[in-house]
Amino acid sequence: MTSKKQTDFSEKQVEHTAKLAHIPVVATETKQLSEAFSTTLEVISDLSEVPVEGVEPTHHVTGLKNVTREDVVDKKRMFSQAQALANAPKSYEGFFVVPRIIDRDEE
Amino acid sequence: MTKKPISLNTVTIKQALTGLQAKDFSLAEIYEATDQIVAKQNKDLNVYLATNEKASVEARKVAESPLAGLPIAVKDNFGTIGLPTTAASLVLDGYQSQYESTVTTKLLEAGGVIYGKTNMDAWAHGSSTETSQYGRTLNPRNTQHLPGGSSGGSAAAVAADMCLGALGSETAGSIRQPAAWCGVVGLKPTYGRCSRYGVVAMASSTDSPGPIGKTVEDTAILLNAIAGHDPYDSTTSQEAVPDFTSFLDKSIKGMKIGVLYHDLPGLDEIWPHFDAATKVLSDLGALVEPVKAFDPHHAIGVYTIVQRAEVSSNLGRYDGIRFGNDRSHFGDEAKRRIMLGTFTLSSGYSDQYYLRAQKVRTLFINDFEKLLKKYDALISLTSPGYAKKIGASEGAAMFGELEDLLLEPSSISGLPGISVPCYRDPNTNLYLGLNIMTPKWQEGRAIQIADAYEKATTWNSWRQP
Repeated sequence: MTSKKQTDFSEKQVEHTAKLAHIPVVATETKQLSEAFSTTLEVISDLSEVPVEGVEPTHHVTGLKNVTREDVVDKKRMFSQAQALANAPKSYEGFFVVPRIIDRDEE
Repeated sequence: MTKKPISLNTVTIKQALTGLQAKDFSLAEIYEATDQIVAKQNKDLNVYLATNEKASVEARKVAESPLAGLPIAVKDNFGTIGLPTTAASLVLDGYQSQYESTVTTKLLEAGGVIYGKTNMDAWAHGSSTETSQYGRTLNPRNTQHLPGGSSGGSAAAVAADMCLGALGSETAGSIRQPAAWCGVVGLKPTYGRCSRYGVVAMASSTDSPGPIGKTVEDTAILLNAIAGHDPYDSTTSQEAVPDFTSFLDKSIKGMKIGVLYHDLPGLDEIWPHFDAATKVLSDLGALVEPVKAFDPHHAIGVYTIVQRAEVSSNLGRYDGIRFGNDRSHFGDEAKRRIMLGTFTLSSGYSDQYYLRAQKVRTLFINDFEKLLKKYDALISLTSPGYAKKIGASEGAAMFGELEDLLLEPSSISGLPGISVPCYRDPNTNLYLGLNIMTPKWQEGRAIQIADAYEKATTWNSWRQP
């Protein structure tokens, strides 16, 4: 279970994961990252030896169920347009400026 | 009239409240002394990323309140109106929160004043405060060493008397470990006791805001101010909030306390100091005995997988469009965590990693449940060693996980815990912490034991005779 293969994280996998995570990674970083991920997967590989048959997964520890609120607008925490845009790097006439995602030249 | 302390920034919250009431000194004098020490030391220690220039003015307005306008340091991942909130990441450089976090709102309502925003590991990723993109914080007890983290700035602010008390947050050790390394008291409340609303999200299923103070009593006073249900955070509990100061000055006679992780290798050098702490608890009338717990090493895997998975999701919102800078501004540690989390959640791997980790997490919860039926509390060392030297975390992909080995099991299980100083090395001036864990919602009992221990020993530097 803890064979070398399972903890290997290739540079190709780094590139693929970077794309999925939308993290810019430069070529010089990929080797370093593949080594770091291999180390991490090695450290945590003991988990595969723990018997978990019939054990339910824990997604939260609160024990709370179906916490809902009334479906009404809470004006106390509404942002004004100015507040919503206050931290935007670029805005135009009350709108966020977003990068173009259609009809653009793909790299 | 009590004797005036030499410098009024060195008083505890309790001493300040008592002294102000008796008019032994004034709020203005406390601020004057605090401003002086911050002006003198912040440049070197790098504790505050921002300070509140209007703090003393704000303080005067709330002088007649439970916290009497005292200066409190707040970790830079709490959204605060009027002061920048960066989580020590360049992605949020210049970010100004447009709303106040629930916990700081409660602090302000109780009459606390936000003195400044403290340095931390960027996004709270780490246990050193070295991953901050604004430079590391130094440990005020010994500036060759790290303060721990991720709430390293808050722990250092308390240790250096650059505030009267502080707020931090913990996912797995981030309050208790820096508290131990800086020789102060850190209280990690039950998950769901203090609201996460307005706190920069890291690992949502374990993020727990909590107090760091000079004494156990001060953390109880601060927890009184910030605990409680919040309609804006659906994971907060409706559980009644007791007066946590009512657990002070109480006997611990007859309590059953289990000692965890006594068979871990590598602790030989510091174990006698921890052993001495267990003897103090026995002398106070508790029944203290070693217990066998589920192997804490497995918690590293659970925490690493769950935390990074939640990080990859929470940090997905930083697109550089609505707020903040774009994703090229993430530091190395954040990049690694986001990417590893993305990997463990990705198609074909999520069962092998994420689902399995959540199952092992259940085993930890069950184990604690079983142990805490038999014992009133469980104790361990807070950290497997003293504060590490500066530079220790660099290039170490799993630095935090390995430093927080003894805290991760209780954190992933949502349990509360408190760390109190239990030894000071006379050669290095560095501290060890005693970690006391109790069942969910029983912070009071942890405070009771910690307070009894603190008052029976001389390790707390604010309680020197």
